[in-house]
Amino acid sequence: MDARTQEFVEHVQSGGLVEVHDWMPDEYRARLIKFVEMHGNSELMGVLPERDWILRAPTLQRKLALTAKIQDEVGHAQLIYRVVEDLGKPRTACLDDLAAGKSKFHNVFHYPTQTWGDVGVIAWLVDAAAIVSQKALLKCSYAPYARIMKKICWEESFHILHGRDVILALVTGTSEQFELVQEALTRWWEPLMHFHGTPIPADEDPMVFWRIKSQGNEAARQEFLDGYVPQIWELGLEVPDSRLRRRDDGVWEYSEPDWEKLAAVVSGHGPASQDRIDFRRTTRADVEWVARAILAEAA
Amino acid sequence: MIFEVFRRERQGQPFQHAGSVDAPDGRFAEIYAREQYGRRQESAALWLVPREAVREVDEFPDEFDLKYRRVDGYSIKARLKEARAAAEDVARSRDAFSAGEIR
Repeated sequence: MDARTQEFVEHVQSGGLVEVHDWMPDEYRARLIKFVEMHGNSELMGVLPERDWILRAPTLQRKLALTAKIQDEVGHAQLIYRVVEDLGKPRTACLDDLAAGKSKFHNVFHYPTQTWGDVGVIAWLVDAAAIVSQKALLKCSYAPYARIMKKICWEESFHILHGRDVILALVTGTSEQFELVQEALTRWWEPLMHFHGTPIPADEDPMVFWRIKSQGNEAARQEFLDGYVPQIWELGLEVPDSRLRRRDDGVWEYSEPDWEKLAAVVSGHGPASQDRIDFRRTTRADVEWVARAILAEAA
Repeated sequence: MIFEVFRRERQGQPFQHAGSVDAPDGRFAEIYAREQYGRRQESAALWLVPREAVREVDEFPDEFDLKYRRVDGYSIKARLKEARAAAEDVARSRDAFSAGEIR
């Protein structure tokens, strides 16, 4: 490591921040682009499972709320891709790579949504898991990304409440409705346990080394479990893991998730991966004329 | 073309940098900025400034460490203690004098 890089590492590790025009080591830039791009991809792909339910949402109020949430998520993708662009990768290249299956997006968006219960679980628990990660990113060493995260966290808090409201309406409804939620939770538990990634120790995690992330994967998962398992249990819902329990020292024990499955899912082998990527590709081709028309008008 | 976006959250507050948008021209920059920074009524006003128009000044050398211009240039604790003790002494003598203990 050369002296300049060494100085940079000390700067970020001691809490220093990096701005868009500051010098940064190539490795830092490359890791940052990959990480932030995946975040942007996830926001964009994350609306597809929910989009399927706009027309099927049970009431007008739910349709409007779901539409607003989707609009927010696409807005987050816009903000995040802008950060990637300033780091040197154009938005068109991000969208090309996403449509070609070359870049990644979060595991939870590789699964289909089977019922309205899934929509509630996604809005409540998937967004809750995401907000744990995103809150930790408020301390990211790359300041433009951290600043954007502030706005994103503010909007996500409405999403969680919306999700919780959907779930509460169902669990206080008929026994079929309660069952709908229980089935959805059972389906989504494994993806939720995968969400924060393998329990790689924070001091071996290169993302923590560069202080792109300020929290290790396992710490994030523990925070999620500690915050939300009690909320799940209090509704009389069952988490499909008989080993799940909170020890006296506050640490949550759980059955080891299948990490190979996670690796397969995020590399495009999840149950809905190909459908989603295909949809992204065809939609992009379908609306290309809009971009052309806009650029022609502006020229 | 990149436009830096500044956002005023409420009337009377300063504009703060919020992010940026990439747009073919000012009109589109406005549409994008409205969508991304004003959609949820989170802004009372926005400023859109072409990135090239921003003149950044970010070096403020302080070679002489001019502490007398700053709060940390003044350590009054010891002197204040001394002054208070002196004032107490004076008050004590005065009380003793009026009580007739001292002539």
